[in-house]
Amino acid sequence: MQRIGVFICHCGTNIAGTVDVKAVAEALGHEAGVVFSTEYQYMCSESGQQLMRKAIREHKLTGVVVCSCSPRMHEATFRKAASLEGINPYMVEIANIREHVSWIHKDMKEATEKAIILGRAAIAKVHLNQPLQAGESPVTKRALVIGGGIAGIQTALDIAEAGFEVDIVEKSPTIGGKMAQLDKTFPTLDCAACILTPKMVDAGQNEKIKIFAYSEVEAVKGYVGNFNVSIRRKARYVDETKCTGCGLCTEKCPQKKVPNEFNMGMNNRHAIYIPFAQAVPKVATIDADYCMMLKTGKCGICSKVCGAGAIDYKQQDEVIERQYGAIVAATGFNPIDAKAYNEYGYATCPDVVTSLELERLMNAAGPTNGTLLRPSDNEHPHTVVFVQCVGSRCTETDERGKPYCSKICCMYTAKHAMLIREKYPDTDVYVFYIDVRTPGKNFDEFYRRAVEQYGVHYIKGMVGKVTQNGKQLRVQASDLLAGEQLHIDADLVVLATAIEPDKTARSIATMLTASMDTNDFFTEAHPKLRPVESPTAGIFLSGVCQGPKDIPETVSQASACAAKVIGVLAKDKLTCNPCVAQSDEMLCNGCSSCEKVCPYGAISYSDKEFRGPNRTTLIRRVASVNPAVCQGCGACTVACPSGAMDLKGFSNKQIMAEVDAICQ
Amino acid sequence: MSHSNNATEQVLRSSGVDVRKCMRCGKCTATCPAFDEMEYHPHQFVYMVEKGEIEKLAASPSIYKCLSCFACVDRCPRGVEPAKVVEAVRLAVIRQQGQNHMKSDDIPALLDEDMPQQLLVSAMRKYSK
Amino acid sequence: MKFSYYPGCTLKTKGKDLDRYGRLSAEALGFTLEELPDWQCCGAVYPMAKDEIATKLSAVRALVSARDAGEELVTLCSACHNVIKQTNHDMATDADIALRVNNYLGLETPYNGETTVLHYLEVLRDRVGFDKIKAAVKNPLTGRKIAAYYGCLLLRPGKVMQFDDPENPTILENFIRAIGAEPVIWGMRNECCGGYVAAENKAQAEKRSSIVMEDAKKNGADTVITACPLCLYNLAKNGGSDLPVVYFTELLAEALGVK
Repeated sequence: MQRIGVFICHCGTNIAGTVDVKAVAEALGHEAGVVFSTEYQYMCSESGQQLMRKAIREHKLTGVVVCSCSPRMHEATFRKAASLEGINPYMVEIANIREHVSWIHKDMKEATEKAIILGRAAIAKVHLNQPLQAGESPVTKRALVIGGGIAGIQTALDIAEAGFEVDIVEKSPTIGGKMAQLDKTFPTLDCAACILTPKMVDAGQNEKIKIFAYSEVEAVKGYVGNFNVSIRRKARYVDETKCTGCGLCTEKCPQKKVPNEFNMGMNNRHAIYIPFAQAVPKVATIDADYCMMLKTGKCGICSKVCGAGAIDYKQQDEVIERQYGAIVAATGFNPIDAKAYNEYGYATCPDVVTSLELERLMNAAGPTNGTLLRPSDNEHPHTVVFVQCVGSRCTETDERGKPYCSKICCMYTAKHAMLIREKYPDTDVYVFYIDVRTPGKNFDEFYRRAVEQYGVHYIKGMVGKVTQNGKQLRVQASDLLAGEQLHIDADLVVLATAIEPDKTARSIATMLTASMDTNDFFTEAHPKLRPVESPTAGIFLSGVCQGPKDIPETVSQASACAAKVIGVLAKDKLTCNPCVAQSDEMLCNGCSSCEKVCPYGAISYSDKEFRGPNRTTLIRRVASVNPAVCQGCGACTVACPSGAMDLKGFSNKQIMAEVDAICQ
Repeated sequence: MSHSNNATEQVLRSSGVDVRKCMRCGKCTATCPAFDEMEYHPHQFVYMVEKGEIEKLAASPSIYKCLSCFACVDRCPRGVEPAKVVEAVRLAVIRQQGQNHMKSDDIPALLDEDMPQQLLVSAMRKYSK
Repeated sequence: MKFSYYPGCTLKTKGKDLDRYGRLSAEALGFTLEELPDWQCCGAVYPMAKDEIATKLSAVRALVSARDAGEELVTLCSACHNVIKQTNHDMATDADIALRVNNYLGLETPYNGETTVLHYLEVLRDRVGFDKIKAAVKNPLTGRKIAAYYGCLLLRPGKVMQFDDPENPTILENFIRAIGAEPVIWGMRNECCGGYVAAENKAQAEKRSSIVMEDAKKNGADTVITACPLCLYNLAKNGGSDLPVVYFTELLAEALGVK
């Protein structure tokens, strides 16, 4: 018979405001096996823990039930406190009477009754709890970073700096990401390339960092400390080890009509190309959709001009396998497709552009060599209208937009407006805004400078319609403060389009068994306290894949993420979760149901000898679980038809006892 | 419409619009083709209904200027549907005794030989009960 | 292919051309429009209020009639299409409206939005196919630059009408290409002409329709086409332009050689 202590937490008024904690302590004190029951204002506090430890000592407790917040919050806290008094940590159970009771009920009588029932269930479970010992597993001291934008680069550099190996897998031919496409960066207006490319070079030259560009993660197996990842290295048709990046092939290639994605399709590149001058790795790639040699077998000019002999038209995709201790998702973002917003003319008027397109139009390496010219006729625009919040902050059911604020648009629009006014003082610049959101160091000052120093016209209101009006654009908008409808003849309209997670993020999340929200942003383990960890052990989050953020914030988060990864890699062994499945070989009928449902490949079958009647021996095929691989999900216990599979710490008996206690 | 709260509730109910969803961006007013003719503009209809100021709206000729073109309905990023608010205020007025905005006697003077039937039918539908 | 057909009152009087050329072209393209028996005026404007029931009944009667005939319901007038399609949506999605309408009508089988409502243009695009129309054209309108005027009623509200991208529609442009002419892309094609106030506020209607006609002209159109008798009247009467405004069915009949 266990000697159980019950501890009811008030959580200030969080629980005590709705649950009669004294009544709960009193009622649970009468349960069989309970030798001590009390309540306290904050059980998780130091004095709360001391109270528990004292009770364990004085009442010789063998099991503990804490009625408090979710076990996700403080299960570890209470288990640790109990183990300091010599109790096995798995003899501690939490009844969640905050999230499951006080926060969702209003009536105190009902809530108190429910809290007692949940407490009773936890007591019933503790009666059947067994002390569990956690095993250990080794750690592969190498990290994988998926995505080679500024987030992935920074995370990789910091991990490498700590002395660990790190691989970057980037799906495009070069690392650099969106930041490489930006012209200048707020709020200090340093040029994006000037601050990014040294980091790209560092990553490329760092002995600890291996860059798999033009590659994609194809499969992920294993668990924290021991991931096994298949990486598809897409055929570049160029031998990376031979190519010197001289660029001769990219000049001589006769196929010149390929939309240049680096310049948002606003000019063309060749079928063999290096995305931009500072690409890392600086290696040419053949675009198989456009290469005449690959399509028709006729051409071969790049091969002829290549002095290094790097061109290989027969190159095939290659799938390699690598082992990692931790994985970082740094999959980044894209602007939404503005074509759906044709009330702003994006689909039909060439001089309506997105903000990222404007970055290229203002960049020295862009299609206009940094001179701001409008796309329709390469004329210099004299009136520019910016539209904020295009596709951001929409209602949940909106088919075109996103419900969240994209966070970066207010600031980059202020930057654009300021830069245009600085470079072309003869240009009138209007910004239509709903709110100007500038919470960041020196951000509001920056925006005010755009208004006060540079004379950008900020108008509170929205654009309702943009139409082509001869060579110009007619912008119809509201000026809410003046109570007017404005009609502005503009030469260029710039849409601050919402950003969304990269389309590949969803499939990567599935491979990583990492959770996502309804907008396809990765979910963090705790929104405040564990912001760079995924709830899945060993998976970490860096950059916009977790939520919209600007460059300073991305870099901070990327470094925070690296610190968490280093925390895993620095360990020689990781403590395993002892709540793993085990098979009762006497009951197992060898049907393989459990093996088929196991998402971790933790179950295997072997033939074993069993003693039969009359001193005979039987050979039967039975399941066994590799406890180092099992993650304790319990799928096998549900699939097993003979009840042989059970989960330690959540055994069928324990769960039935809880249900019985609830239904009694 | 003696009691403002009742009137507000009536407008909210018959329009089916949740005025609290509005984020005051003013896109409805930006896109409205009847802006110049209106005293109160679409975003003001939404805002004033939220504040319960139905009387001002009901007394304004603006309720007869809306073209029911649904531009504000389709383009509102918050799904507020301002046109339905305008129609609900107009209905609240013309449903009252003697408040028809257009009477059958008015029609002969408006006719011309090309005028399609649907124009008269719709005008009577929109402006009379 | 046979459809139930709801012409609406204007197509029997001032808008006869829209109807006549529509029927001739249908025949030439091999589909049949079977006029609903005893149809009533749809009311010409969709009653938006949740508590308007009586004003939705005639549209529901047409929908029930098509359902009972086991056919899809085709409309040609933009206004009728808008009223019938939106009312159908209410019957399918607004339980309160559907209950009250059904209680009032006392049908043998209650109606809950089962009928598929198609605009004539949707029949051309989705049932006949523009490729087939192109093949059937005898007098291609080569060299003509035609501006498609959608107005409001075909497109909006987009979620209910499900007709085309309400901000960047292509159906009429593809229709224009199919009959051998060149479509003009212009900004005002989906902006309101002010038709609904043309009777009582001529000044407002004139202002709106001239903005529309000016834009068509500025973008190089030689003709404006529409599916709406109200738009046609308003643009032609109040638009202050020398550009001809015709029904799209008239050009279709012309191209098919049945005009």
